[in-house]
Amino acid sequence: MSSFALPTLVRRQRASLKATLIAPPAALAVAIVLNLILYVIMGRDPLAVLHAMILEPFLSWASFSEVLLKTGPLLLIAQGLAIGFRAKVFNIGAEGQFILGAIFASAIPVWFPQATGGWIWPVMLLLGAIGGALWASITAFWRVRLNANEILVSLMLSLVAAQFLYYLLLGPWKDPAGFNFPQSVMFQYDAMVPTLIAGTRLNVSILIALALSIVAWVFMEKSFMGYKLQVGGLAPRAAGYAGFKESRAIWLSLLIGGFAAGLAGAAEVAGPLGQLQRSISTGYGYAAIIVAYLGALHPIGIIISSVVMAVIYIGGDNAMVSANLPIAAVRVFQGSLLLAYLIAVAFVRYRLEWPHKARPATTGSTT
Amino acid sequence: MNAIEFILAGMLAAATPFLLAALGEMVTERAGVLNLGVEGLMALGAVIAFIVVYHGGGHFLAFIAAGLSATLLSLVFAFVALGFRANQVATGLAIGILGQGLSALFGKTYESLTVKGLPKIAIPGLSDIPVIGGLFEQDIVVWLSLLATLAIWATFAFTKTGLVIRAVGENPKAAHAIGYPVITVRVAAIAFGGMMAGFAGAYASVIYTPLWADGMIAGRGWIAIALVVFGTWLTGRIFLGACLFGAVSLMSLAAQATGLDLPSQLLSSLPYIVTIIVLGIISADRRLLKLNGVASLGEPFER
Repeated sequence: MSSFALPTLVRRQRASLKATLIAPPAALAVAIVLNLILYVIMGRDPLAVLHAMILEPFLSWASFSEVLLKTGPLLLIAQGLAIGFRAKVFNIGAEGQFILGAIFASAIPVWFPQATGGWIWPVMLLLGAIGGALWASITAFWRVRLNANEILVSLMLSLVAAQFLYYLLLGPWKDPAGFNFPQSVMFQYDAMVPTLIAGTRLNVSILIALALSIVAWVFMEKSFMGYKLQVGGLAPRAAGYAGFKESRAIWLSLLIGGFAAGLAGAAEVAGPLGQLQRSISTGYGYAAIIVAYLGALHPIGIIISSVVMAVIYIGGDNAMVSANLPIAAVRVFQGSLLLAYLIAVAFVRYRLEWPHKARPATTGSTT
Repeated sequence: MNAIEFILAGMLAAATPFLLAALGEMVTERAGVLNLGVEGLMALGAVIAFIVVYHGGGHFLAFIAAGLSATLLSLVFAFVALGFRANQVATGLAIGILGQGLSALFGKTYESLTVKGLPKIAIPGLSDIPVIGGLFEQDIVVWLSLLATLAIWATFAFTKTGLVIRAVGENPKAAHAIGYPVITVRVAAIAFGGMMAGFAGAYASVIYTPLWADGMIAGRGWIAIALVVFGTWLTGRIFLGACLFGAVSLMSLAAQATGLDLPSQLLSSLPYIVTIIVLGIISADRRLLKLNGVASLGEPFER
């Protein structure tokens, strides 16, 4: 049996807090090393890439403010998704909910380009959040009423949303003075989220994201509703006996996820972009899934992991310019980071046991 | 050629990527493992096959290379999901992102290049029948895919191998108690699914539309996963579902050719919309899913 010495996973008596805290940085370190090896194979200078990806984002205020700017949407979407993931509702269609949020918010400046007033941008953000929640509600309806798998439905809806965006930008919402580019008119001044610090593109939406992170923490850790969601995810049967309705958890998870993603989409068009474009999202909806997991699905952890993911985005852009690294390397990094995390997090509930230590005669676990 | 003849002639070729990937995923799921990384596995297979054909390696070698590379990536899935009992949904998503990233990375210098596809082989006599004759004029991979479909059906219908895979998926603890190697069977099923997804991607990039464009798989891996649900884990129904999606993806082409005035984006999203609708219809029959579904799907096995 123990002719070759493969270690086995043995369940711990209780989850290890230490492993929970070590897992994300350990995964990050492993992912960095693996990807640096890949860059060496590709013939790039690993130190130059490392410098561009990890250090440069922090070296100037200008680039760090860009990191914080990217943190906003990732943080918002991931907080929303994590609530659903904890209830075991796998909404992976945040990308589509983000796009619908951007479209709903753009309706005001596209239809009323002359409108002025301080009410415009807050209403746009609200509309965006509603748009995202409405798009997510299709998935919720399909799951609750038709028993359809929410993973597949929400993902398909993201692909539909992207086509809908192209339709608008090539058709009715195309800027007539835009040289046929697939983009809307530039938004008027009042349709833009106010800038936070002069000289940077950083705007009020990062504060909204942080405020909602606190709301998410209170909701998940202090409220009865949040408790019910978590029980539903951890012990569905117990939740059923306690009278916690599964359908309500599904609706709530998807509406919260869609609301947050829609808000992020609205803040993106009303913030750094200033118009509706084809490339409004560089995969935020998918990256946010990784952010949520890397943050251990905990509101505080997600604040940290969203900054990490934003650094990877900005660093990837840097490395493309300074080390000639294709931008696809960012996606490779993201995928390997999540895989490394999923391995690392196994040690929260399990420990490795090497065969020569185990005594088959006394332990029932080895047969 | 009218629209019906056009769809009948092209349906099987359009269906092949769906069919191969869905059959592979069906085997994986029958063994109790949910691998959501099909889209990434297909993308990796597609780019590897394209590179091989572009550099003159030929289609046979291209399929071998695509199958091998996607198998390797699916073994990474097995390492994380089975070796560390990780959440299979998250692991599958990670493999999907990684596979798509790798395909974009490898394919960067091949963007918008084209290669030559494969000639069609007609079955004498049958291919001369009016209207449906086009069905019997297909390339070699389509014919082989049909054979593979039969072989997979026969494996589950008649052989012990099929029975063991199902036992491992239905009740891994019982299968283990009888003495079947649950983890080994699952790893093999994952590798088979990976290989089939690699073939599916290769068919898409070097035969069906022999060109390389980043993101060319365009959700077909996800539709393949949905097909397994539509087909309620049964080979024959999955084949019919794949044909339906082959026809749907051709319908958008046919509609444009007949000058139907619909926005092209609506036609492009037709396969996704059809997926959502059919998924709703099939899943609403809870008994059907319970009856044919895999009991331990997505749950890690612990002795």
